[in-house]
Amino acid sequence: MVPTTYNLVPTAYYLILAAMLFSIGIAAFLIKRNVITIFISIELMLNAVNLTFVAFAHMWHQVSGQIFVFFVMVVAAAEAAVGLAIILSIFRTRETLNVDEIDLMKS
Amino acid sequence: MNPMPASYLWFIPLLPFSGFLINGTLGRRLPRAVVGTVALLFTALPAALVAWLWMTMCAAGAPTSIESVFRPYGHEWIAITGFHADFAFTVDHLTLIMLGVVTGVGFLIHIYSVGYMAHEEGYWRFFAYLNLFMFFMSVLVLAANFLLLFVGWEGVGLCSYLLIGFYFKKTSAANAGKKAFVVNRIGDFGFLLAMFLLVAHFGSLSFTQVFSTIAQNPQWQQQGAHFLPTICLLLLLGAAGKSAQIPLYIWLPDAMEGPTPVSALIHAATMVTAGVYMVARCHVLFDSSPLALTVVACIGAATAIFAASIGMVQHDIKRVLAYSTISQLGYMFLACGVGAYAAGIFHLLTHSFFKALLFLAAGSVIHALSGEQDMRKMGGLRTRTPITFWTMSAGVFAIAGIPPFSGFFSKDEILYRTFTSPNPLHIVLWLAGLLTAGMTSFYMFRLWFKTFFGEPRADPHANAHHSIHESSWIMLLPLVVLALLSVAGGWIGIPAALGGNNGIERFLGPIFANGATGEAVALTTGHGLELALAVVSVLVALAGFYIAYVFYYEKPGTATTLAERNRRTYDLVKNKYWVDEFYNAFLITPLLMFTRGILELVFERGVVDGSGKAAGATTRGMAWLTRKQISGNIRSYAGWLAIGAAAVIAVMLFGNSLWGHL
Repeated sequence: MVPTTYNLVPTAYYLILAAMLFSIGIAAFLIKRNVITIFISIELMLNAVNLTFVAFAHMWHQVSGQIFVFFVMVVAAAEAAVGLAIILSIFRTRETLNVDEIDLMKS
Repeated sequence: MNPMPASYLWFIPLLPFSGFLINGTLGRRLPRAVVGTVALLFTALPAALVAWLWMTMCAAGAPTSIESVFRPYGHEWIAITGFHADFAFTVDHLTLIMLGVVTGVGFLIHIYSVGYMAHEEGYWRFFAYLNLFMFFMSVLVLAANFLLLFVGWEGVGLCSYLLIGFYFKKTSAANAGKKAFVVNRIGDFGFLLAMFLLVAHFGSLSFTQVFSTIAQNPQWQQQGAHFLPTICLLLLLGAAGKSAQIPLYIWLPDAMEGPTPVSALIHAATMVTAGVYMVARCHVLFDSSPLALTVVACIGAATAIFAASIGMVQHDIKRVLAYSTISQLGYMFLACGVGAYAAGIFHLLTHSFFKALLFLAAGSVIHALSGEQDMRKMGGLRTRTPITFWTMSAGVFAIAGIPPFSGFFSKDEILYRTFTSPNPLHIVLWLAGLLTAGMTSFYMFRLWFKTFFGEPRADPHANAHHSIHESSWIMLLPLVVLALLSVAGGWIGIPAALGGNNGIERFLGPIFANGATGEAVALTTGHGLELALAVVSVLVALAGFYIAYVFYYEKPGTATTLAERNRRTYDLVKNKYWVDEFYNAFLITPLLMFTRGILELVFERGVVDGSGKAAGATTRGMAWLTRKQISGNIRSYAGWLAIGAAAVIAVMLFGNSLWGHL
C-alpha cells in the first residue's frame, strides 16, 4: 500500500478552520440587520459544521459523518426554500428586511 | 326506687350539651319563651338524674363509687405506648356533693336568669353559653382521670370568658373576659406541667391508679421523693388560677362585668370552687407532701384575709361580693391545707348556697334600681323590696357566721380544725381565719345596712322613669329556695360538740379516710375546746356586726372620718394594694416591651415577614430576567442562544476540572 499523501494536513487544521467559519457565522448572525445576510450566516455555520463532520469522518475512516453531511445539505436546501419564501412575504407586507423592525413576536 | 344504671351518668353532661346545641344553633330564630323552656328543661333533667343518683348512692349497701367507661367498639379514648387514658366518669360521695351543687344551684340560677335576662339582647346566646357551662362543669366533676378533668376545666374557663364578655360591646367587659382567660392560662400551665409529671412518674392519669400507686409506695414520703411536692405545687398553681387565690386572684373582681346570674353561678357557686374540688380530689397527693399542704394553707389564709380587707372598702355591691368570694375560697383552701378536706367541702357547699343567694339578691337589688351598682346610691330598700331584703338577710347572716345559719357551722369547723391541726403555723393560720371572720361579718353587714337601711340615696333623676320595684316571682322563687338552704344547709354538718352528728364528715368519710377525722381530733382535745372556739368566732362575728351597725346605721359619718384620719392606709386598701398596678408595671409592661421590641420587630418583621419578602423579591428578580429575554427582537434571541451555547460548551470543557477541585 502506498501511503496516502492527503494525510499530511492534520485534522486539527480542518477543525480550526471550521471553528473560525462558525464564529464568523455567529458574529454575522448577531451583528447584521439584513435578513438575507443573516440567512447567509446561517448557511455559513451549517457549512462549518459540515466541514467538521467530513474531517472527523476522514480521521476515523467512518462513512457515517459524510452521510450526515448529505442530510445537512438536504435540510439546509429545504430550509432555504422555506426561509426565502418567508422573507419574500415579509418584504411584501412591510417593505423592509431590517430584523430590528420585525419584532411583532414581543409578548 | 330502682338504682340508677351507671350508663345514665352520661346523660348528666349530655343533656345540657344538647340544650346548648339547640339554643346555640336555632336559638336566634326561636321565641324567647322557647329558648327559656329549652334551657330550663335541659338543666332540670340532669338535676332530677342527680337526685336519683343521690338516692342510689345513699341506699343501704350501695357501692362507694360508680364508674362508667365509654369505649366504642372496645377502643380507649387515648392509647399510645406507655400511656392510656379512658373517657370515664366516676361518682363517689365527693362527686355527689359537687354534682348536687352544680345541677341544683345551677338549675335555680337558670330559673332566675329567665326573669333577669328577660329584656336583654342576646337572650338565646346567654342560655346557650349557660347550658354549655353546665355541660363542662358536669364533665369536670364526673371525670375519672386528670385529663378528662382538664377538658372540663378548660371548658368552664371558656364559658367563663364568653359570659364575662357577654356585653362585648362594652370595652371593660371584653377586657375583663380577656383578663380572666389569660390569668387562667397561667394556672392551666401549672396544671399541664403537673399532668406531664404524673405521666412521667406514674404512667397514668387515672385518679385511682395514681392514688393507689402512692399508697403502695410509702417509702417515697420517707425518702422525700421530690416529684410529689412538685406535682402538688403545680396543681396548686392551677387551682389558684381557677379558684382566684393569691397570686392569681386578680381576674375575679373584674369578672363582675358579666351578667349577675353568671357571677352567681360561675364566679361564686361552681366554677371557682373547681380548684378546691381538685385539691380535695387529689388529697392523696397533697397528704403525701407536708410542704405542699403548708403552702396550700398559707395561700388560703393569706388570700382570705387579704381579699376580706379589700372587700371592706369597696363601693360596688358586686365587687364586695367578689372579694368576699375570694376570701371564702381562701377559707376552703385553708381547710384543705390543714387536712380538713371534709370541712373545706362542707364550706364549699354552704358557700355555694349563700353566695349564690347573695349574688342573686344583689342582682335583684340592681334590677330594682334599674342597673345601679354603687352602694352609696342605695339605701332604704328594706320596705321597697321586702322579699329581696329577707332572703338577702338570710345570706348575710349565713356568711357572717351567725348561728344557726349554715355559714357558722362550716366556718367554725374550718377554724376548729385549723386550731387543732399539727401544722406548726396553726395558731397564725387560725388567727388569720378568725380575723377574716370578723372582717367578713363587718363588710357584709356594711353592705346590708347601706343597701336596705337609712334614707334612699338614689339619684333622683334615675328614678324619674323607673320607680323602685320588687322583682318578678320567677326571680324571687330561686331566692327563697336558696335562702332556705342558706339557713338550713349547715345543719347536715353540726359537730358532735353542739349535739349534732358530723353528718357531712361521715358522708365523705370513705373518700378522705386517711386524713384525721374531726371526731378523732375531738377525742384528744375534748369538746370543751371546740365549744370555746365556737364562742370566740361568734363573738368576733358579732363584733363585726356591731362595728358595721355603728359605722353605717347609728352614726353614718364615722367610717368617712376614720378613712380621712388614716388616709394613707385607706388609699392603699381602697386601691386594692396596688396589685393590679404592680402586675402592670412589673409583668405586663416588660412582657409588652419584649413582644413589641424583640418578637414583633425582630421575629415578626425580620424573620417571618423578611423571609416572605425575600422569596417574593427573588421571584420578581427572576421574572424580570426572563421578561428581558422575551423582547421580540430576533437578534436578542440569537444573542441569548449564543450565550447559552457558550455556557454549555464552557461547562463541558472546564466544568469537569472545576468541579473536580471542589
